[in-house]
Amino acid sequence: MSYLTLSLALIFVLIPIFLSKTLKLGLEKDTIIATVRSIIQLLVVGYVLTFVFDAGNYIYIILMIILMIAAATHNAQKKGAAIKGIIWKLVGTFIFVEVLTQGILLGFQITPPTAQFIIPISGMVVGNSMVLSILFLNRFTSEVETRQDETELILSLGGTPKQAIHMSLITSIRASMIPTIESQKTIGLVQLPGMMSGQIIAGADPVQAVQFQLLILFLLLTTASVTSIMLGFLSYPTLFNKQMQMLKLRT
Amino acid sequence: MNTPNDTAIEFKNVSYSDGELQIIKDVTGTFPKGKITTLVGPSGAGKTTLFRLCNRLISPEAGEILVNGENIVSYEPTELRRMAGLALQSATMLSGSVYKNLSMPLTLQSGDLPEANAKDLLKDVGLEADYLHRNVKDLSGGQRQKVSIARTLVNKPNILLLDEITSSLDRVSQEEIETLIKKINDNYQVTIIWITHNLQQALSIGDYIWVMMDGKLMESGESSLLNNPQNNHVKLFVKGEIE
Ligand SMILES: Nc1ncnc2c1ncn2[C@@H]1O[C@H](COP(=O)(O)OP(=O)(O)O)[C@@H](O)[C@H]1O
Ligand SMILES: [Mg+2]
Repeated sequence: MSYLTLSLALIFVLIPIFLSKTLKLGLEKDTIIATVRSIIQLLVVGYVLTFVFDAGNYIYIILMIILMIAAATHNAQKKGAAIKGIIWKLVGTFIFVEVLTQGILLGFQITPPTAQFIIPISGMVVGNSMVLSILFLNRFTSEVETRQDETELILSLGGTPKQAIHMSLITSIRASMIPTIESQKTIGLVQLPGMMSGQIIAGADPVQAVQFQLLILFLLLTTASVTSIMLGFLSYPTLFNKQMQMLKLRT
Repeated sequence: MNTPNDTAIEFKNVSYSDGELQIIKDVTGTFPKGKITTLVGPSGAGKTTLFRLCNRLISPEAGEILVNGENIVSYEPTELRRMAGLALQSATMLSGSVYKNLSMPLTLQSGDLPEANAKDLLKDVGLEADYLHRNVKDLSGGQRQKVSIARTLVNKPNILLLDEITSSLDRVSQEEIETLIKKINDNYQVTIIWITHNLQQALSIGDYIWVMMDGKLMESGESSLLNNPQNNHVKLFVKGEIE
């Protein structure tokens, strides 16, 4: 595709701006910001990837992954501001999920150890881990708040912090994982997954594209469950002190 | 007047603040062992906060609390909370059945409560046995209050902290609970500390009394002190002129 044809695609940006203006939806500014940001970010990524692929040096791959984890942490950390040390808990979770998934992929030689595979797959894993963290933290902080009386009741009956927070923790872990599982149930029926569509458009064999997509889906199941559970078990102890008293959420 | 041996809980210069706000102000006093002590005072006086200190849900910023002669911090928090059982006015219920709520104290210790025992407990607090499998959603405020008391009793506490548990009950239920608490006190020598806003109740069931106002312990002693308070603020409170 040439940049000229791509610029014609901006028609698809003008339509929502026009609609937003006529119907006074007030979304013009955000639409323009989103468009400009996506153009700049993706072009930069494109050039950086070209450079990394050509250089063929593992240092650059690791730098890219560090960058992804830093960006993911930055995004997710706002939702967990109420939890002490949330930044390091997120960093730990993302690193663990990344090492675990790449460890399995490379260890069993499911994918080759090249930048072309490691970087996009890491992007999907860390990106998904970030979304899951945000879903989990959102839900967990609100559960902790609404179930405060229940949590204190269990403490007052002689329960441990883990027992007291159990319902909030399990509810939040479950709730954050459900979208991942549900979306896989209907996948392909209505909408082809983005990565698979991209490969098919770029001329790959559809069956090959499907195989890759399945690999990614399975990977995301692990990512989802490990992220929520790990973050949950790292987070809850910060809500209590050594005397098994509940601390106030930081606001 | 009290030796450590007949003191269930002792406060020594205890203060507690929530942020800037001082809620408990330098409280010193004792709760005698095996007796019923009522804790009265206007709302906002710090009575519930005092209970939360006794159950160690919160810790004082200054002073010491002794439970059965030992500093409260020398107990395992879980052990202390079972020993000094707390039933709050809010009577928070865990969603699910009455049975699930009654079993919870034992579930927390990986035990379970036989159904027959649960039914006996319900009878003790004046509820029919067939309430056992009802959902707590369908209970009235008074019925929840009774379940909450029964649930606290499952831990067999030797100190029982009751926070306005009869305020939402009708006259008959109120008397049932009073009889039950007196029975528990007589039969098992359980120390009872009972927050009430009903001074008549304080006189009729309490051996001792604490009067708290504005975070301070104003007067304490035999319940009869209500008939002849020394402090002017307490006089006004007893006359019903301070709410
Ligand atoms: N968690 C809390 N945060 C802020 N203020 C509180 C809290 N709990 C109690 N207070 C305040 O402390 C004071 C004493 O409250 P409380 O112990 O509930 O009194 P009482 O039970 O005698 O009515 C009140 O002024 C109340 O507003
Ligand atoms: Mg109160």
